[in-house]
Amino acid sequence: MDTTNTPIYATIDGNEACARVAYLLNEVCAIYPITPSSTMAELADQWAVEGKPNLWGEIPLVAEMQSEGGAAGAVHGALQGGALTTTFTASQGLMLMLPNMYKIAGELTPTVFHVAARSLAAQGLSIFGDHADVMAARTTGFGLLGATSVQEAQDLALIAQAATLEARLPFLHFFDGFRTSHEINKIQLIDDTVLRAMIDDDTVRAHRARALNPDHPFIRGTAQNPDVYFQARETVNPYYARTPEIVQQAMDRFAQLTGRHYRLFDYHGTPDAERVIIIMGSGAATVRQTVDYLNQQGEKLGVVTVHLYRPFAAERLLEALPETVRGIAVLDRCKEPGASGEPLYLDVGTAFLEGSNRNNLPTLVGGRYGLSSKEFTPAMVKAVFDNLNSERPRNHFTVGINDDVSQTSLVVDSSFDIEPSTVVRALFYGLGADGTVGANKNSIKIIGDDPAFHAQGYFVYDSKKSGSQTVSHLRFGPEPIDAPYLISSASFVGIHQFAFLKKTDLLAAAAPGATVLLNSPYPADQVWAKLPRPVQQTLIDKALQLHVINASRVARDVGLGQRTNTVLQTCFFALSGVMPRDKAIAHIKHAIEKSYARKGADVVAKNFRAVDQTLDNLSLVSIPASVTSDQERQPPVPASAPDFVRRVTAAMLAGRGDELPVSALPVDGSYPSGTTQYEKRDIAAFVPVWESGLCIQCGNCSFVCPHGVISAKFYDRQQLSQAPGGFPSAPLNARGFPDTRYTLQVSVPDCTGCGLCVEACPAVSPSRSGVKAINMTPREQIGHYANHHQQFFDQLPLNDRARVDFASVRGTQFLEPLFRYSGACAGCGETPYLKLLSQLFGDRMLVANATGCSSIYGGNLPTTPWGTNTEGRGPAWSNSLFEDNAEFGFGFRLSADQHLSLARRLLGELASEVGEELANSILNAPQSSETMIRSQREQVAALKVKLLALDTPMAQDLLSVVDHLIRRSVWIVGGDGWAYDIGYAGLDHVLASGRDVNILVMDTEVYSNTGGQMSKSTPLGAVAKFAAGGKSIAKKDLALQAIAYGNVYVARIAMGANPQQTLLAFREAEAYTGPSLILAYSHCIAHGINMQQGLKQQDLAVGSGHWPLLRYNPVLRQAGDNPFKLDSLRPRMPLRDYTHGELRYRMLERTNPDVAQTLGRLAQESVDLKWSVYEEMATRDGSAFQPATRTDNH
Amino acid sequence: MTMDLSTRYLGLDLAHPVVASASPLSRSLDGMKQLEDGGVSAIVMYSLFEEHIRHDNALFDHFLSQGANSFPEALDYFPTPEGSTEVGPDLYLDQVRLASQALDIPVIASLNGISDHGWIDYARLLEQAGAAGLELNIYYIPADLSLGGREVEERYLSIAALVKEAVTIPVAMKLNPYFSAPGDIAQRLDTIGIDGLVLFNRFYQPDLDIDRLKVAPTLNLSSPLEIRLPLRWLAILHKRINASLAASTGVESADEVVKYLLAGADAVMTTSALLRHGPSHAHALVGGLVEWLDEHGFEGVNQARGTLSQQAVSDPDAFERANYLQVLESYRYP
Repeated sequence: MDTTNTPIYATIDGNEACARVAYLLNEVCAIYPITPSSTMAELADQWAVEGKPNLWGEIPLVAEMQSEGGAAGAVHGALQGGALTTTFTASQGLMLMLPNMYKIAGELTPTVFHVAARSLAAQGLSIFGDHADVMAARTTGFGLLGATSVQEAQDLALIAQAATLEARLPFLHFFDGFRTSHEINKIQLIDDTVLRAMIDDDTVRAHRARALNPDHPFIRGTAQNPDVYFQARETVNPYYARTPEIVQQAMDRFAQLTGRHYRLFDYHGTPDAERVIIIMGSGAATVRQTVDYLNQQGEKLGVVTVHLYRPFAAERLLEALPETVRGIAVLDRCKEPGASGEPLYLDVGTAFLEGSNRNNLPTLVGGRYGLSSKEFTPAMVKAVFDNLNSERPRNHFTVGINDDVSQTSLVVDSSFDIEPSTVVRALFYGLGADGTVGANKNSIKIIGDDPAFHAQGYFVYDSKKSGSQTVSHLRFGPEPIDAPYLISSASFVGIHQFAFLKKTDLLAAAAPGATVLLNSPYPADQVWAKLPRPVQQTLIDKALQLHVINASRVARDVGLGQRTNTVLQTCFFALSGVMPRDKAIAHIKHAIEKSYARKGADVVAKNFRAVDQTLDNLSLVSIPASVTSDQERQPPVPASAPDFVRRVTAAMLAGRGDELPVSALPVDGSYPSGTTQYEKRDIAAFVPVWESGLCIQCGNCSFVCPHGVISAKFYDRQQLSQAPGGFPSAPLNARGFPDTRYTLQVSVPDCTGCGLCVEACPAVSPSRSGVKAINMTPREQIGHYANHHQQFFDQLPLNDRARVDFASVRGTQFLEPLFRYSGACAGCGETPYLKLLSQLFGDRMLVANATGCSSIYGGNLPTTPWGTNTEGRGPAWSNSLFEDNAEFGFGFRLSADQHLSLARRLLGELASEVGEELANSILNAPQSSETMIRSQREQVAALKVKLLALDTPMAQDLLSVVDHLIRRSVWIVGGDGWAYDIGYAGLDHVLASGRDVNILVMDTEVYSNTGGQMSKSTPLGAVAKFAAGGKSIAKKDLALQAIAYGNVYVARIAMGANPQQTLLAFREAEAYTGPSLILAYSHCIAHGINMQQGLKQQDLAVGSGHWPLLRYNPVLRQAGDNPFKLDSLRPRMPLRDYTHGELRYRMLERTNPDVAQTLGRLAQESVDLKWSVYEEMATRDGSAFQPATRTDNH
Repeated sequence: MTMDLSTRYLGLDLAHPVVASASPLSRSLDGMKQLEDGGVSAIVMYSLFEEHIRHDNALFDHFLSQGANSFPEALDYFPTPEGSTEVGPDLYLDQVRLASQALDIPVIASLNGISDHGWIDYARLLEQAGAAGLELNIYYIPADLSLGGREVEERYLSIAALVKEAVTIPVAMKLNPYFSAPGDIAQRLDTIGIDGLVLFNRFYQPDLDIDRLKVAPTLNLSSPLEIRLPLRWLAILHKRINASLAASTGVESADEVVKYLLAGADAVMTTSALLRHGPSHAHALVGGLVEWLDEHGFEGVNQARGTLSQQAVSDPDAFERANYLQVLESYRYP
C-alpha cells in the first residue's frame, strides 16, 4: 500500500539521490574527496552551509579531513561519541578506511558508509566503476547493500540507515561509480514523512546511550590476549544472524510507505526459468530488461539481483531461485587474481553446497564483466545466457572483452538490440568547452520536469583537460528509463563540432533513418562536398536525415557571441520529436526565462531571438545517391609512429580501445614514453607565430610554454641552404658567432592556444602597435608551410648540452624538453615546471608522481608527455598512490643508493680486469655539471664494453646495476593536496630522512584534479569546496616547517614572477645531496582567472607578499653564511590588488561581503606578519639557524 | 548682515551652491560623510554603470563555469554559490539608502545605463532607495561613423523622457559639450521636463604612449582654464530655459565658483579640487565665495547669479562671437 502523498519527482544523479537521504539522517559527516563520490560530500557541505536541517532539525556538521584514513578515524570517533555519522567515499579511499571499518564493525556501531563503487589501482589506476573496492571491504564485518539505479541509490540509502540502527551492524551502501553516481535520471523522491516512519527514534537514542560518557564510564577498544580474543570475536554472531531479517523488514516497511518493494535477493523473470543470472549493481537492470525481451520471445530466463551481499543470507538466495533452474551464471564486477572464483560466485556456490536439497543441482558458472565501467549491454547478457545453453558452459569467463590470451571471453553478437522505439535516444558530440554537456543537462531537466516524460542522461568525457571531447547519451520516453548502458542505436545524433567528422566515426551508433544534426560552417547546399568519404557513405547507407545549422553565426548574429548552446539545444528539440515542436519551444523559452531573468531582460530577449532564428536557419540537406568525396578520415597517428603506437595507442585515440584484445596490452602496466607527440590534436583556434626580426632570443616564451610546443635551436648558417621557402631564421644573438643562426619553432598541431608565450614576451615592435616577437594568429591563417618548417626544424641537429648555459633562462630554450604536449588545461601553471625539470635533468631522472592533475596529464592513457631524447634516455615515471608519493620516491632513492653502492663495490673488485685507470676514474668522477655527466656516461659506456667482453658472473652483476654510476636525480612531484594533506606525514618523514631526494610541490592551493576542494594550502579568505564561506584559517607555511629541520634545501618559486630564480632553485635543489623541497606557485583554472593572465597573477602574488620568493640552502649555513635568502622585494601593493583578480576571492565578496571584508583584513595582517618574519630571518646570522648535517656535494 | 548663500538646484534647497560631483570620494559612506563635514551642500554620488555590472556578472559567470563539464573528475571547480551571485545595483542602492538617512544634505544618484530597461529599472530603484535626485551620466562616444548627430541627440532625449516618465524625483542630465548646437539640445531637454542640466561631462581622453606604441588611458584632474566652455554656455542658457543649471569642470578656488555663479549657475560642482585638497576644501570655496560677495556688495547668491549672463551683460555678442581677432591681436609672442 502506498501511503505517501502525491509523488514528488526530481531529475538528479545517483550521488545527489543518495546524499540527500544520508544528509537528512545524520548529524556528522567526515569526508575526503575522491572520484566518483566527491559530489556527495560536496552536496552535504553545500547544504550545511545553506543551513538546511536534518530530519531532527539540526544542521549536520560536515568536516573535510586530510585523507580517507582521517575521515574514517573521525567517523569512528563521532560514532563513539554517539552522533549519527556517515561518510562518502570510493576506491582507494575505501581502502584507507578499512582498518577503522573493522573496528567500527567489531564494536557493533551503527553507521552507513555510502560508496560510489570504483576500480582499485592495480596495473593502472582507474576512476571508473566496478566492485573491486566494495569486495575488498567484504571482510570488515560491514553489511553490504547494493543499489542498481539512481532510484535505488536513494531508496537503499534509507533502508541501510534504518537497518543499521536496528541491527547495530554498520553498513556499506554502494552503487556503481559513474554509471549510477553520475547518471541523471528522473526519480521519485522520498519525503520526510517516509524518513520519519522508517527511522525509529528509540534506536537513535539507544545509539547515543552506548556512547562514551564520563557520567557512566567504561573502556572500549581494549587490547586482548590469546585467552579471550577468539571468543570475543564470536560474540557478534547473533547480530549477524538476525540482520538479513531486519533488512528485509525495513524493505517491507519501505514498500508499504512508497510502493517500491525490494528484497534481499530480488528475483525477476518467468517463474519457471531454466537459466538465471545472479548479479549486483547497475548491470542487474540490463539483465532484467534483456530477460523480459527474451522471455517475450519464448525463452525461460530469470535474474536475481543481489541487494544484501553481507551478511550473505544463503537460504534466502536459494528461496529466490525457481525450482526449475538448470543453469546459473554468477556475474562479478571485479577480479580476484589467483582465486578459485570471484567473491559472489564463490558465495553462491557455497550456498548451494551447504543449503540446497535439490536432487539435480543446476550448472553453476561464474564470469567477470564491466571492470572499470566497461560497457555491459543486453547483447552481453544474451551471450551469458547463450553460454548457459551450451553443452559445456564456459566457466570463469569474461564478457565484454576479447581475451585472446586465456580464451575466457564469450562471443557477443553486438547487433542484438532491445531498446523500445518509444524511447528517443540521442547522442551528442561536443567539446568540453562548448557547453554541449551543460545544455544537455538543461534539456534533461526541462523534459524531466514535464509529468508526461521520463529522462536519462549519461556523459562520457575523454582524459584530456584541454580540448576534451564529450559524448552525451540522452534518453527520453513516456516510461521510466532504466537502461544503464550507452546508446548504440541512436535516433538522433548531434555533432556540435564539424572538425570531429574528419577524425572519428560519429555515425557508427546512428540507427537507420536517424536524424543527424551537424553544426556546420557550410550551408546545406555546400556541406555535402565538405564531408569525408566514410561520412557520405554512412549517410547514404543508413538513409540518415542530415540537418545543418551554422550555430556560431546564429549565436553571433543575435548577440550571444560564441555561446551556441541555446541554438543547438533548440535544434534538438525541433528535430528529435521528443515532444511537439511548439510545446518544446515553449519549454525552452520558459527555461531561458528562468535561467536568465536576473541577467536582464535583454539577455532573455537575445536567447529568445536565438531560438526563433534557429528555426529559420535550420536546413535539411539533400543527400545524393552516391558518394562524391575521396577524402578519408585522418589517421589517429602517423604511419611513422612506432609499432605499439600504431597498433594500440592509435586504437585508443580513435575511440576503438574497447576492441583491443587482451594480447595487445602490456602485462605489467608498462607503456612506452613520449607518445603525445603522435597525437597532433590541433585544438587551438589561435596559435603563436614568431617574428624573427623582433625577437631578442631571451627564451621566455619557450620557458613558460605549458605544453612544450615552443623550441629553439641555433645552427650553422649553411644549414639554411636546405631550408624550405620562408623558413624563419635570425642571426644568433650572441657575440662571436657570426655564422650561427637561430630559429624559434612553434609546433602548431600540439599548441592549445593559451597565449602565455605572448604574455611572457618582452620584445615589442617599435613601429607596429601591439606587435611582439611572438603573437597569436588565427589557426586557419597558418598555411601548410608550417608542417614543412616543422620537419626541417626537427631535422636540425639538437644543440650540444655541453655548449648550453644551464644557468640562464635564455640557455634553457636550447635544452630538449622531455615532457611535452600534455593534455593539461590550456595555460596550465604546473606543466612549465615539469618541462623545465625534464630539460635540465630528464635523461637521468626518476619521477615519483602523486595522484592528481599531474598524474593524469602525465600518465593517463592513451598517451604520455614524458618522453625520451635521441639517445633513448628520459624520465622514468611512475605513480603509486595519492597518499604515499614521498615514500614511493624515497624508495627510488634507497634502491638507487643501494645499487650505486653495489656497483661501486663490484667495480672496485673488477678494477684489475676492466682497467685500474678506468675504474678509478669512474669511481672518483665528479658529476656536478652537464659536462661531467657526459664524461661519466662515456666512461660507463667504455666499462660496459669491457664487462660484456668479460662475460663473468661478477661482470654480469655489475652490468645489471652499472647505470647507477651515472648520478640519478630523484624527483618526487605532486600537488598541494598530496603534500599539505594526505601525504604530509610521509613528506615530513622523507624530509627528515636526510636522503638525496628532490620534492616539487606544484601548489595550486586547492585540489584541482577533483574539482577545487580546500586543502591546507588554500589561502585565508579564498572560497573552495568545503570552504564555501571562505577559508578562515591561514595557509600552512610548509617552507618554514621544512627549514626548521636545518638540513633541507627549501625554495619557494613562482615562474611568472622570477623565472631566473625558478631556474636557480631547481639547480641548487638538484645539486644538494640532502632532501630538497620546492614550493612552486601554480596558477590554475580553479582560481577562476583568465589563464592567459596566469603569469601576471603569479607576479601579483609575489608583489603583494602572498607568495614571497625564498631559498634556504643548508650548504651556506655550513659555510657560516645565512642560508635564508629572500628573493623578492618587500610587498609593493596591498594583497587586494592580487586577490581582486581571482574568482576564488571575489566569490565571497558576492556571497558574503561582510565576511569577505573581515577575512580580507585578516589575510593582509597575515601577509604582513609573514613578511616581517621572513625579513628578520633574512638578516640573521647563519648561526641562528639549525646546523646543517650534510656537506658532501657532488 | 548674514549673507544668504542658499540656492535651489533641481528643486532642492541647498545651503550654498558648492556641490560635490560624481567622484571616488563618494564611493563609501565614510567618504560621503567626510564630504558633508567638508562643507558641500549636496553630493552627486559616483556613477552606477549598468554596463559595468553586466560585464562583471558575465565575467563572473565565465570564470565560475570555466572548465566545467569537460573532465570526469572535475565537473566544476567552485562550490555552488548560495543563491544568486549576480551583482545588481544592490551595493549602490544600499549606499544611497544609508547615505540618505545618515546625511543632512541631499544625495543625488548618478546613473549610466546601456539599455532602456537599465535606465528605467535602475532609476526606479534609486528613487525607492531614497535618492533626492538623479543625474543621468550619458557617457557615450559616437565612434560609429555612420551615426548622425541627430540620432545621438535623439538618444539623449529618449533617455531623458524614459527616466522622467519612470520617476518622480528631479532628474538632471549631464551634457557633453560636443553637440553642434548645445543650446538646442538644452532647450529640447527642457521641453521634455528635465529638471536640471550639468555643463559639462568631461570625458576621459586617452593619451598615446609613444615609447610602447600603445593607447594609454589617462586621468587628469581639471584645471581652472577649462571653465571657459561651460562658463559660456551657462551664460547663454541662464534664464532661457526652465531647468536649473549646474556648472562642472575646473573649479579650483572660489574665483571659479564666483565666475560660474555670475554666468548663471544654480549649483557649482567640483571634484578635482576636493581630490587635490581634500573634502574640507569645500569650506574654503564657500568662504571665498562669501568673501567675494561681501567685498562686492552682494547680499546673497541669488542676487549675484547671472549678473554676467548673456542676457545681463552689456555686450551679449561677447558670448556668441569668438572675438577671435581681438583675442589674436592681444596675444604677444614670447
